[in-house]
Amino acid sequence: MPQQITIAVFSENKAGLLHRVTTSFTRRKINIESLTASQSEVPGIHRYTIVVEITPEDADKLVHALEKQVDIQKAFWYSNDEIIYREIALYKIRAEAMTDGSPALEVVDRHHARILSVEEHFTVIQKTGRREATTQLFEELEPYGILEFVRSGRVAISRPMKELKDYLAELKVASAR
Amino acid sequence: MSTTTKPDTSETSSPSNRITGSEAVVRCLLEEGVDLVFGYPGGAIMPVYDELYKYSDQIHHVLVRHEQGATHAAQGYARSSGRVGACIATSGPGATNLITGIADAMIDSTPMVCITGQVPKHLLGSDAFQETDVMGITIPVTKWSFQITDASEIPEVFAKAFYVAKSGRPGPVVIDITKNAQFGELDFHYEPCEVVKTYVSRPNIGRDALQEAADLINSAERPYILFGQGVILSEAEAELKTFVEKAGIPAAWTIMGLSAMNTDHPLNVGMLGMHGNYGPNVMINECDVMIAIGMRFDDRVTGNLDKFAKQAKVIHIEIDRAEIDKNVKTDVALVGDAKEVLNLLTPLVNENSHDAWHQKFKECDAMEFDKVIKDECSPTDGMMTMGEVIKNLNQHTNGEAIIVTDVGQHQMVACRYAEFNQSKSNITSGGLGTMGFGLPAAIGAKLGAPERQVIAVVGDGGIQMTIEELGVILQTDVHVKILLLNNEFLGMVRQWQQLFFDKRYSATEMVNPDFQKIAEAYKIEAKRIDERADLDQAIQDMLNHEGAYFLEVMVGKENNVFPMVPSGAGVSEIRLE
Repeated sequence: MPQQITIAVFSENKAGLLHRVTTSFTRRKINIESLTASQSEVPGIHRYTIVVEITPEDADKLVHALEKQVDIQKAFWYSNDEIIYREIALYKIRAEAMTDGSPALEVVDRHHARILSVEEHFTVIQKTGRREATTQLFEELEPYGILEFVRSGRVAISRPMKELKDYLAELKVASAR
Repeated sequence: MSTTTKPDTSETSSPSNRITGSEAVVRCLLEEGVDLVFGYPGGAIMPVYDELYKYSDQIHHVLVRHEQGATHAAQGYARSSGRVGACIATSGPGATNLITGIADAMIDSTPMVCITGQVPKHLLGSDAFQETDVMGITIPVTKWSFQITDASEIPEVFAKAFYVAKSGRPGPVVIDITKNAQFGELDFHYEPCEVVKTYVSRPNIGRDALQEAADLINSAERPYILFGQGVILSEAEAELKTFVEKAGIPAAWTIMGLSAMNTDHPLNVGMLGMHGNYGPNVMINECDVMIAIGMRFDDRVTGNLDKFAKQAKVIHIEIDRAEIDKNVKTDVALVGDAKEVLNLLTPLVNENSHDAWHQKFKECDAMEFDKVIKDECSPTDGMMTMGEVIKNLNQHTNGEAIIVTDVGQHQMVACRYAEFNQSKSNITSGGLGTMGFGLPAAIGAKLGAPERQVIAVVGDGGIQMTIEELGVILQTDVHVKILLLNNEFLGMVRQWQQLFFDKRYSATEMVNPDFQKIAEAYKIEAKRIDERADLDQAIQDMLNHEGAYFLEVMVGKENNVFPMVPSGAGVSEIRLE
């Protein structure tokens, strides 16, 4: 059964590499739900965090197809219970909806969202959490007028304790054979 | 970027090392032992061509007539010689014309380096004349690719390109070089690449898995080996033979594995696949242990996966980890180079023979001979058949020739009936099924193995897709023999239309040109025969002729290739008629 799967791809940051990563998905007609590129804990190594809806069998094949790319060091896939993950969402709300005691402000409080910035004409709310939580807040703020909304791709930390540098050390030995 | 070498300062460099990027390209090729390139010049690659002119005593440039021809010729060269094929094209249309051959090399694991010119760096993304996004287009069909925008990058990128192309599971690499990088200067130092830290070319073979595999093989009653091109690419022909003989296991080849073992080896049971032999297909569902060596369980080999070897324990010897469990679930995976794995595995297996099991293949062979081969290879009336032509060819070549095929019925017939007694003798477009492959690949194969007889077996459809490459034969005097099996149809498609589309021959009948006149125009000795009585002499004349030769044999228009595993059927459902 297809399920939500998070794929972590580790590579050096090179021009064209993102294209190589994404073609591994598109040629299999796997839709990318979200994609985040960032540095990793290892200097010089970047990571892509990619969320897709596929079966574990397809995830296995995909990860091996990614890993065989010459410039990709490692790729892993995780089910949701193997990771701690978050997204960040920003909501731009008309200033007049956010006055003291307004119901919108109460919604923000109840969701433990933060007021990130108060400007003359608008206020920016920040909510960090899982997709359902940021979506719930969106739905509850919608009646008060959302001028702009943006949500980041997923970022995720894996639960297994083996560190990337250990994998990279193994790879270094294997590649030098 | 890690592949960028730091530009040397002029104080530290000797004057002789200071060269242009375009000269560096040629020097890199020489460093990699390249003495032959296939290509076509154009605006964005002219500086490199200028250097090729200067280095023409060291590198032979073969001018093709279309860039697709350069890729197929480079493929043919790589596969007959075991070396990396090289080709050069200009930007834009020159580069896009390479794509078919690159995709073909990718799916058939052929080591190839393609160099494309590109507009100057400052014009990238400006829709300049003959600009195209070569990286974007080639990334999905290359093992690796890189765009060089500074001359100083050239040596390191070329070294990596050749290493990546030929190591591990080989494949095509594209190097796109902007014109400013060709004109720019660098201090040239070349160091061959021996390791890429993000890439494992020779996986470490698991000892436990080796023993597990040996135990399965030693306890098997009906073991069965399926081998592919991995045996040829890792030069494991002798190791395969030793393994097969020691364990006494019947072995079948995939279309890409043809010639990795002698045709007449007693344990070679024939060809797998949709139009393979009967026994090798049906025994897939009879064996108890399957040992797949250097092959990837292509759908043309497996048919319906739900009906493929469900009863068998599967051992998969394969260098590409991504192939393990991709199509067929494996019980024991031996991820590694076939030669290395076989060297470790053979001492662990017991000497054995499986005569009763082997006998079952022979019973199948008898059925196939009776229902298919007898009439296909030894007909007595009607028009000539493709099978009898190949059989006659065998009698003259004694399995010594390199057989290059195009794609279609003639390909299946040639692969079924051609006999081989040395490796690297079958060159065909297996995975991609590229019509037009045959003629240019044969030209490349002949240049890669000049001492060998090279025969392009082609159909009347495929040859017209790259017939312009006859110009290479004319200009470069390549002594290939072209054997055209002309049925005036796109025969394989017509066969499917007959069997599955109620004989609606949509766009498959060919009105052909006079091939004799075409050959004559290119100054190639040519002959056409219609009569069976002329076949033997015609083949002999073709092979004895000193130079290139074009023999056109008119064959039955509506003959079919059997056996056949219908699309979607299991391998046991193979049809003999």
